[in-house]
Amino acid sequence: MRFFPRSIAAALVAVAAFSGVAEASKSPTVERIKKNGFLRCGVNEGLTGFASPDAKGNWSGFDIDFCRALAAVILNDASKVRYTPTSAKVRFTALQSGEFDILSRNTTWTMSRDVQLGLEFIAATYYDGQGFMVPKSLKVTSAKQLNGATVCTNTGTTTELNLADYFRANNLKYKIVAFEKNAEVLAAYDNGRCDAYTTDASGLYAERLKLKKPADHVILPEIISKEPLGPAINHGDQPWGDVARWTLFALINAEELGVTSKNVDQMMKSPNPEIRRLLGVEGAFGESLGLSKDWAARAIRQVGNYGEIFERNLGQGSQLKIRRGVNALWNKGGVLYAPPIR
Amino acid sequence: MGAIRKPPRRQLPGPVQWMRENLFSSLFNSILTVVAIVLIYQTVVPFVGWAIVNAAWSGQGREACLPYADGACWPFIIERSGQIVYGFYEQAERWRVDVVFMLLGIGLAWLMMPRLPAKGAVGVVMLTVFPVAAFVLLVGGMGLPPVPVERWGGLMITLVVAVTGIVASLPLGILLALGRRSELPVVRGLSIAFIELWRGVPLITVLFMAANMLPLFMPDGMTINKLLSALIAVALFSSAYMAEVVRGGLQAVGKGQYEAAAALGLGYWRSMLFVILPQALRLCLPNIVGNFIGLMKDTSLVSIIGFLDLLGIIQSGNADADWATPNTAMTGYVFLGAVFWVICYSMSRYARALETKLQGGDAR
Repeated sequence: MRFFPRSIAAALVAVAAFSGVAEASKSPTVERIKKNGFLRCGVNEGLTGFASPDAKGNWSGFDIDFCRALAAVILNDASKVRYTPTSAKVRFTALQSGEFDILSRNTTWTMSRDVQLGLEFIAATYYDGQGFMVPKSLKVTSAKQLNGATVCTNTGTTTELNLADYFRANNLKYKIVAFEKNAEVLAAYDNGRCDAYTTDASGLYAERLKLKKPADHVILPEIISKEPLGPAINHGDQPWGDVARWTLFALINAEELGVTSKNVDQMMKSPNPEIRRLLGVEGAFGESLGLSKDWAARAIRQVGNYGEIFERNLGQGSQLKIRRGVNALWNKGGVLYAPPIR
Repeated sequence: MGAIRKPPRRQLPGPVQWMRENLFSSLFNSILTVVAIVLIYQTVVPFVGWAIVNAAWSGQGREACLPYADGACWPFIIERSGQIVYGFYEQAERWRVDVVFMLLGIGLAWLMMPRLPAKGAVGVVMLTVFPVAAFVLLVGGMGLPPVPVERWGGLMITLVVAVTGIVASLPLGILLALGRRSELPVVRGLSIAFIELWRGVPLITVLFMAANMLPLFMPDGMTINKLLSALIAVALFSSAYMAEVVRGGLQAVGKGQYEAAAALGLGYWRSMLFVILPQALRLCLPNIVGNFIGLMKDTSLVSIIGFLDLLGIIQSGNADADWATPNTAMTGYVFLGAVFWVICYSMSRYARALETKLQGGDAR
């Protein structure tokens, strides 16, 4: 195990000594990012919609944009990010060994990871879960109509267990056809060997693009498992966690308040106190994070609010066309509910 | 002319005759031939159809490939060719990688072409000046802007890892092999321990330790370059294997050779250098090249520790929604296989030529 870094201990003592004083607690990670001039971000080696490099070598995706927003908040330049592609096997070890400052890699937030691995999950940025894809020709509109269906999936994953639970709970009969590799599952489904294909919903949308006729297939509305995906940092630097968490909350609040990358500068003049606090016109919320007062405005201007990020990478502005569903704002039928900046 | 009696010709060697002798010499062989022809027809024809006839060759994005449902998606490879070779290396700095490739190519060609002179000098330059020059060019320094290794990738990183492993493993391996056969107990013990330690762990574990575990044991704030630690790990790992290959060669050299060298009054290093090693290395040349080829293919394991090598960069590209088609992934893998095959087959051909040349000595 890594020894308790002296700098963190010093920061904690300082915080304890001056508790109650409005002085911003310094985060060693943020200080290092400022000193280096770039944020180090651990990302997926390639996951459609979440992280992938384009032909020019620029990374883009939903997970990438969170790193860009953080770089905008801390360094006022969304492009100042160094991406480390990291595999599912080594991601936690790499984070613990300090290879990057934050792991933004479609990682499911579970209790064991949060507690036993010594990670700090920032929040869920995307609520994923297992869904079903069926050919339109079946005329099925709900997973409950899948009685007697043959379902394709991967072997030995929780997907298989979730499927069994769901069909048993709903008293439905089914037959499973399982394969080792994603490509095999998809080929079997495309060749009509099964009536439905099940995996995480975001994966279904990505795989659908690889079908011979993507438009002939629909993803059913039912989500049968919980996969909250979110970025994670190491234990021991709470101020860094605050910066990351409130950056996400600011992006969600911006969507709720109608502040976008296009209108952020006009919104500075808005009389709405919530918008004024978000954009740093009123209050000293940026300063309390050890940043400047327009911290959130910078992220919104350079990367966009949560809704813009979602639509650009996963939603209607992308090839994937994922519906907002549960990832909509709380007042629009979803579960996104960011605490107020006050 | 007429004085020499030629043996009578049996028959005209026409194609029909050749087929009768080689393909249909018996009922069993005829059946095998027919089965083989059917198999070849059933695999090669669809493959050619997929890879060439029905394939998409031009256009932009998935729309270019979607109409070709049963053919390869070559525009994907064409669009990403820069990335496949250089990774994310800055566009403006890519000439530096080209220069390194060119220097390597010229140096290797010089060493391989039998007619060119001054092989020894070129070899020394390739082993001393070239690595330094390549390092400066690739990493930066001496006026060149630095390019962080995070931006390296593709064929470039595959070759950097493979060439480093190959160049470092042969001399290290020879030393270890000599050490293992040494009469000095400490040298022998250390050599055995080193070889067995590195051969006892899988390369993937070694890379994981080097890249992810090593920093945990480092004092706070001290970082080591991940690529450098991976290169060292690969070099040490392959040298352990090389040591055993060379030891096999050393053991195959007759005892008489050792005694003859000693009788000539040659000391240990001289007798090894001028008598034993040249024979031993020639004997184990096929195994040495086998090791090199294995190492070349093992380099794709660096994708585990976050480097997008040839394999990794193609897999990453597959995730681009703008290129999601039924054939993108397969096209990438077929292309990748072809690149690896070309590189490995060239190594093997060169080794064959070298063997033939060296065997000239035995024919006397």
